[in-house]
Amino acid sequence: MMAKIEQEDRLNLAPKKFNMWIFIFTSFMFFAALTSGFIVYAGGSSAHGMNMKLPDAFMYSTAVIILSSITMFMASQAARRLQFAKQRLFLWLTIFLGIAFFAIQLYAWYYLVTKMGVYFSNPNASQSFIYVFTGMHLLHIFAGLLLLANTLWRSYRSIEQVKNLYSMQMSSIFWHFVDIIWIYLYVFLLLNQQ
Amino acid sequence: MSTLSVQDHGVAHHEDDHGQHHHKATFLNTYIFSQDHKMIAKQFLITGMTMAFIAMILSILFRIQLAYPDKAFPLMETLLGRFAPGGRLDSNFYLALVTIHGTIMVFFVLTAGLSGTFANLLIPLQLGVRDMASPFMNMLSYWFFFIASVIMLSSFLVQKGPASGGWTIYPPLSALPKAMPGSGMGMTLWLISMVLFIASQLMAGINYVSTILNMRTKGMDLWKMPLSVWALFLTAILGVLSFPVLVAGVVLLVFDRSFGTSFYLSEIVLNGTQIQPYEGGSPILFQHLFWFLGHPEVYIVIMPAMGISSEVMSVNSRKPIFGYHAMVYSLIGITVLSFIVWGHHMFVTGMNPFLGGVFMITTLIIAVPSAVKTFNWLATLWRGNIRFTSAMLFAIGMVSFFISGGLTGIFLGNAALDINLHDTYFVVAHFHLVMGSAAIFGMLAGVYHWFPKMFGRMMNERLGYLHFWLTFIGAYLVFFPMHFMGLDGVPRRYYAFTEFESMKQWLSVNTFVTWAAIMSAVAQVAFLFNFIHSIFWGKKAPQNPWESNTLEWTTPVEHLHGNWPGEIPTVYRWPYDYSKPGAEHDFIPQTVPLSQTMSSNLPHDFEDNPVGLEEHTKWASTQKSNEEVK
Repeated sequence: MMAKIEQEDRLNLAPKKFNMWIFIFTSFMFFAALTSGFIVYAGGSSAHGMNMKLPDAFMYSTAVIILSSITMFMASQAARRLQFAKQRLFLWLTIFLGIAFFAIQLYAWYYLVTKMGVYFSNPNASQSFIYVFTGMHLLHIFAGLLLLANTLWRSYRSIEQVKNLYSMQMSSIFWHFVDIIWIYLYVFLLLNQQ
Repeated sequence: MSTLSVQDHGVAHHEDDHGQHHHKATFLNTYIFSQDHKMIAKQFLITGMTMAFIAMILSILFRIQLAYPDKAFPLMETLLGRFAPGGRLDSNFYLALVTIHGTIMVFFVLTAGLSGTFANLLIPLQLGVRDMASPFMNMLSYWFFFIASVIMLSSFLVQKGPASGGWTIYPPLSALPKAMPGSGMGMTLWLISMVLFIASQLMAGINYVSTILNMRTKGMDLWKMPLSVWALFLTAILGVLSFPVLVAGVVLLVFDRSFGTSFYLSEIVLNGTQIQPYEGGSPILFQHLFWFLGHPEVYIVIMPAMGISSEVMSVNSRKPIFGYHAMVYSLIGITVLSFIVWGHHMFVTGMNPFLGGVFMITTLIIAVPSAVKTFNWLATLWRGNIRFTSAMLFAIGMVSFFISGGLTGIFLGNAALDINLHDTYFVVAHFHLVMGSAAIFGMLAGVYHWFPKMFGRMMNERLGYLHFWLTFIGAYLVFFPMHFMGLDGVPRRYYAFTEFESMKQWLSVNTFVTWAAIMSAVAQVAFLFNFIHSIFWGKKAPQNPWESNTLEWTTPVEHLHGNWPGEIPTVYRWPYDYSKPGAEHDFIPQTVPLSQTMSSNLPHDFEDNPVGLEEHTKWASTQKSNEEVK
């Protein structure tokens, strides 16, 4: 009976992973709403466009986050092949790249404010939307970094492989998602920057 | 019977592993920070009921103002202090009452109170699951809800009173902290409360969907799920997809309020001078974001009530639900369509008439699945062997309100008619019947029906009848006259109609409505007494008091963590085998295999089961030849 209940508990990892997928849907709806808001706002009048070029920093941050998705994938691969040292190395790399992304985004804000004079508090809300998109995305990055740190910490405590894989999967689903969302937001901004 | 045999195995094993496997039960983790879905359901129910009573008292307060606009009630000043100077309700406080009444009823009672209670109770119990996918998240969801409730109520304690721009919090009233007294601290608290509330609903909804899709017991395929679970499932999907959009709207609103952005705020000119630095924002954008949630929200409110009523009506008519598949498909239809009708709240915002036409058509189309459901409920009752339990009365009442409120929805869905009716009492009457009264009746039906499951005792039927008839008649007396006021152009949310020559004549109707409202409010005391009294001193409930088929009645009356003492029962049939011809009893629980009910099996019970069908034909032909021998 003990074994049976434990077996059931272990099977419950799948529903928990499913929770993560549904959470991603809610998050996706959130960003879809923000970008739809942009479309409604910008479509309201011709004076409402963004009317500016995006800073180059966003290009670099995009490269960094794509790279971090690759290292995340390598970490998952390593975990599946029981190469734990490699798993930890790539997790460290992913976290490092995540922090780098965070920093570049902040630099982009700094650049927008000081060099381009594009403020958050702005009569043209299309430009404020840039800050909303990136800011809300950074919140997700922050959550993703916490998840990654948790996974890394657990891998050092050498927990059971089932749980190690589970927490790897949870964080990698989320991390790839925030990566894809950023690409979506970046492309959306690029298409609307004039 | 198989119900009993299922519980038999494993009982002995269970006792010895119980102590080791679970943590020690303390008061704190049993009643407060419980992760058990049944306890969380009760927490949601009791918090929801408390909020409902508070919101009801708020409505009585503003009804008194509408009935006696010129009269002073010294008692009011004693009770409300600065909100009722000289015994007359302050006009700003009147608006706050209307706003908070709406907010609490829509979100805290009919969303969290209704879905929170019944999804937590029924999803695991009716599907044969030990607990939710993530019990911890489930507990968090309740506590976020609780904190949101406390913050919402605490806004009555701030200097300038609670938010008062209406429950839809349209900017600019909500975006300019100085627009009206309620736009300041009260509005801030409203926003904080709602963000926590949405977090709670998302955690809950994610759990519901995941549990339903992943953790059903053996044999419980989607088409064997009771309609209550189907409804709760689709409700959860609606919530998961639409609440994030409200978060987006609220986030932008917070930026406008506190960070000087202009998402919603346009140039605001007062007496020829521009008083705020905002430019070019679009208040309509907020309405789009709000109603993209707001419209699915009304289906989030009504669908669980529909599911509960379907279940209660089938059990108490002793008949299978009429058109089970049609019921499910109409729920799915409502779910999908509810995302593309939000524009009908915005017909008078200067919307492109073509777009208005599109929203009008989608709105009228959503009447079709709603009508399918109504037809099916009536057909379920038709020639049923009806047992008029309290739950059954409330379920029938739900159908009645849904029909009479739904019909006026067809008026309002027409863009051209809506120009006249928008923001009048006609709208108030419409939604209070179709989603307010109907949903609360569905919820009450659920409370009466599953009370024995939740508390192990029965509620008093006679008090239930009294509660039903007073509430049912009262609700019609309150809301029906409002249609005529609306047709006459009386607008909603006005403080005193005596101030307007053309609306003075409605004072007598308003007085009548207020007294009807007071009567219905007093009727709720019968319910409250019945509820509390029955928890402690009600008749002990048998295991299956309503002779129902669904799985929750195979669990023991005494609650235990994990729901079933032994193995989880397997499911062999759909939940609506009531009064099946040839069967021994007028109900066959889902746990009874077809092999035990040869005399009542029908060929269509074996649609995907050729082996079973062969057995059935063999059995039928033997029966036939036996007949011939005789």
